[in-house]
Amino acid sequence: MTWGVPVCRLDQIDVEGGVVALVDGAAVAIFRTHDGNVYAMSNYDPCSSASVLARGIVGTRGDIPFVASPMHKQAFDLRTGQCLDDAAVRVPTYDVRVTDGVVRVGGPRQESP
Amino acid sequence: MSPHLRKTLVVAGHGMVGHRFVQAAVERGLTETYDLVVVGDEPRVAYDRVALTSFFEVGADELSFLPTGAYDDPRVRLVTGTEVEGFDTETRTVLLSGGEVIGYDELVLATGAAPFVPPIPGHDLDGCFVYRTIEDLEAIRDAAQTATVGAVIGGGLLGLEAANALAQLGLETHVVEMAPRLMAVQVDDAGGATLARHIEQLGLTVHTGAATERVLGEERVTGLALKDGDLVSADIVVFSAGIRPCDSLARDAGLDLAERGGVLVDERCRTSDEHVWAIGECAAPGGRMYGLVAPGYAMAEVVVDALLGGPGSFTGADMSTKLKLMGVDVASFGDAFAATEGALELVFSDAVAGVYKKLVVSADGKQLLGGILVGDASAYGVLRPMVASGIELPDNPEELILPAGRGSGDEIGLPAEAVVCSCNNVTKAEIVTAAADGTTTRAGTTCGSCKAQTKKIIEDYFVSQGKVVDTSLCEHFALTRQELFDVVAVHGYTRFDDIVEAHGTGRGCDVCKPVIASILATQLNGHVLAGDQRTLQDTNDAYLANIQRNGTYSVMPRIAGGEITPEKLIVIGEVAQEFDLYTKITGGQRIDLLGARMEQLPAIWRRLVDAGFESGHAYGKSLRTVKSCVGSTWCRYGVQDSTGLAIELEHRYRGLRSPHKIKAGVSGCARECAEARSKDFGVIATEKGWNLYVAGNGGSSPVHARLLAGDLDRETLIRYIDRFLMYYVRTADRLQRTAPWVDSLDGGLDRVREVVVDDALGLGSELEAAMAKHVDTYFDEWKATLDDPEKLARFVSFVNAPDTPDPNITFTTERGQVQPADSEGPVSLGSTIPVGAPR
Repeated sequence: MTWGVPVCRLDQIDVEGGVVALVDGAAVAIFRTHDGNVYAMSNYDPCSSASVLARGIVGTRGDIPFVASPMHKQAFDLRTGQCLDDAAVRVPTYDVRVTDGVVRVGGPRQESP
Repeated sequence: MSPHLRKTLVVAGHGMVGHRFVQAAVERGLTETYDLVVVGDEPRVAYDRVALTSFFEVGADELSFLPTGAYDDPRVRLVTGTEVEGFDTETRTVLLSGGEVIGYDELVLATGAAPFVPPIPGHDLDGCFVYRTIEDLEAIRDAAQTATVGAVIGGGLLGLEAANALAQLGLETHVVEMAPRLMAVQVDDAGGATLARHIEQLGLTVHTGAATERVLGEERVTGLALKDGDLVSADIVVFSAGIRPCDSLARDAGLDLAERGGVLVDERCRTSDEHVWAIGECAAPGGRMYGLVAPGYAMAEVVVDALLGGPGSFTGADMSTKLKLMGVDVASFGDAFAATEGALELVFSDAVAGVYKKLVVSADGKQLLGGILVGDASAYGVLRPMVASGIELPDNPEELILPAGRGSGDEIGLPAEAVVCSCNNVTKAEIVTAAADGTTTRAGTTCGSCKAQTKKIIEDYFVSQGKVVDTSLCEHFALTRQELFDVVAVHGYTRFDDIVEAHGTGRGCDVCKPVIASILATQLNGHVLAGDQRTLQDTNDAYLANIQRNGTYSVMPRIAGGEITPEKLIVIGEVAQEFDLYTKITGGQRIDLLGARMEQLPAIWRRLVDAGFESGHAYGKSLRTVKSCVGSTWCRYGVQDSTGLAIELEHRYRGLRSPHKIKAGVSGCARECAEARSKDFGVIATEKGWNLYVAGNGGSSPVHARLLAGDLDRETLIRYIDRFLMYYVRTADRLQRTAPWVDSLDGGLDRVREVVVDDALGLGSELEAAMAKHVDTYFDEWKATLDDPEKLARFVSFVNAPDTPDPNITFTTERGQVQPADSEGPVSLGSTIPVGAPR
């Protein structure tokens, strides 16, 4: 049994773009950054209560790779799901791997301490 | 509102206060219900009488408040060189000197005041003048050519202005004042003496305590005989012994007058007739007349407020004065003569430097009550608001008037409610708010005495905000949008990667990426979803639709000029039915279809495009609509085909990516049913062609568009709009609408006129060529997306389950249509749903 759920080919995700995948019934946003990394987090934007994060603009704030919610522009750290504009807001993240050009999503990560 | 329901308001008098009244009436929307007729007896339109003395240096044009000779608002009719002969409160009519009779619903008297000429013998000889209008100054100037000595009767504020004028004309000048000192109303004996020394040093002769018994001469003036027996020889005599309100119209009409003259009015500035109002120097609120411009302005605002149903009232005025007379600062404010019981005086006097300063403070030494400043009034900007606001004095109040370097008072923090500009009643808080919002106030625009203080407050605000002048776009680009636009044009960049590598840092963000996307779209006019541009777009541009709060999109096809066939209307209805979309008519004369899931967009576009629709760019920072009325084609009032022009303009500028959205309107006559003056560019038909208005905005900061050029033929009109839009697109800041953009230009609208109309920069043909390129390369983004499988591939709900709708999107029904249901958290589908493997 290989690791995680295969959801798409890497080349289906634009560099600095995102797609949404259905993983165990949940909408997961998967992003690809300019440096070649791939990140996954819940697609649900808790600030606007809408499932939209994959449609946000991807960029950097300092050294932090982030996505800006397309609704009201709150920034979320792609690595941790932490909202950079509101310390109390955090989006669940998922383990993600790319093998043989296929993107695979694992389970939700445990809350880091 | 039907034309016949409009009311008429007549303003008698077009001086500074009459002009302010019209300005306030237009700005506050009174002209929505009233047509204004303004009748001025002077041959020219309102001008800055406070700065009259500068007429010899700068000329009449510079003083004028209306260089174009008319108001932009077509509902204001201005008649100059015409006297109001009388009015009748029974029939509510005014009679003009030309014989015209005008009916009014409301009448505002702003007839001002006239110089008082004491009835001494010889007062009407040749060579006697008064000092009130530009015509008076012209007459004095002509007479001065053959004169060598001039005398001014009256040493008050205006008398000294007149004396200054005579001295400027090269005359040996005498000032004859009956009171024991100059400027007796404003300054005390010591201040007056300091002022007199300054004036005598300039070569003028001052006679105080000197009453004039008669003007000497046979036909022409030869001099003055004073009561104490002295003789002053003079070829010119200027009377400046005070002013008297011009209240004869009101007297003839039977209105109540004040005992000492002036039209008696209540706190709303209403006369004894309920439809007649009086403002400015002709009015006497509570029996007292005010000979300064600031109280007149306040009265003008009060009447506009009253006519709008507001609560404003005039309960007295700050009679503070600051002026520069022949280079000498003089200021007087608050209780300058220590009339308050127990008031104490703090005096600083330096006879050598010619400086006299007095503070009047309360008995406990805590409150500043008033003061007099002669020779150095730099502390006025700080001191006068301290009186008005009641701010507590510092421990050593003398520091406030000691020479600069020992405490000029600049560090004294003013409270937010302190009135900084008393002419226009602008507080410190209003100036700070305007600085924060990027808007403006009228502070400093009348007498100018508070300019330095205003500038300081604004600078302090920006320093407190930690921004000196940082115009960087964001952390990734230390460039303004305009600089970035030029960089992209010069280097011919087509990709974000190249731009950020060469001119930026990091990988961009939600601020700089859409800006660069917009710049690339303007310059390349390719598809906004082509290549790496797609990931630069905000979600609306990225999906060519407008995102709504539940993550669905609205779809808005172009309905140019608001004109649509029944067949197309039916298609819109069918599409809405088929996809279960909420429909609503927009303010821009189109139809919005809301609630489309992202994956439905291509199918919706397919139906619309097949029926002949195209994208309406409702999602883009680009041209939205050109709103129109039916114009001369149908309307019995229309004078031009406004619908036809609107459609032509909308088709010309559709798809033009810009710093912010652009809205436009075309009205077929001055009734302005298309609301063109609330648009970024608005066109209003005239009998002779089209008037072009620019830089209007609705939204949170409504601004009326202003006239850029009038009576244009179609070709010239389009050329000017081409240039205007391209100039805006190239130089405006990110998300800057046209109104703040024009205000931000050095020179404002005049600058735009130079570039667009006069072609002063020689940019005209370049701007037109850029627009021509845009027009030639336009294509419909929806259709181009439908034709490209790669672009279409992104329009799926889930990359691994394209046929499964997002369960987070649900609807309820209200008034027979769908609307978003509130989300209570992420919705998960059961894991039994089959999930497709990657292809």
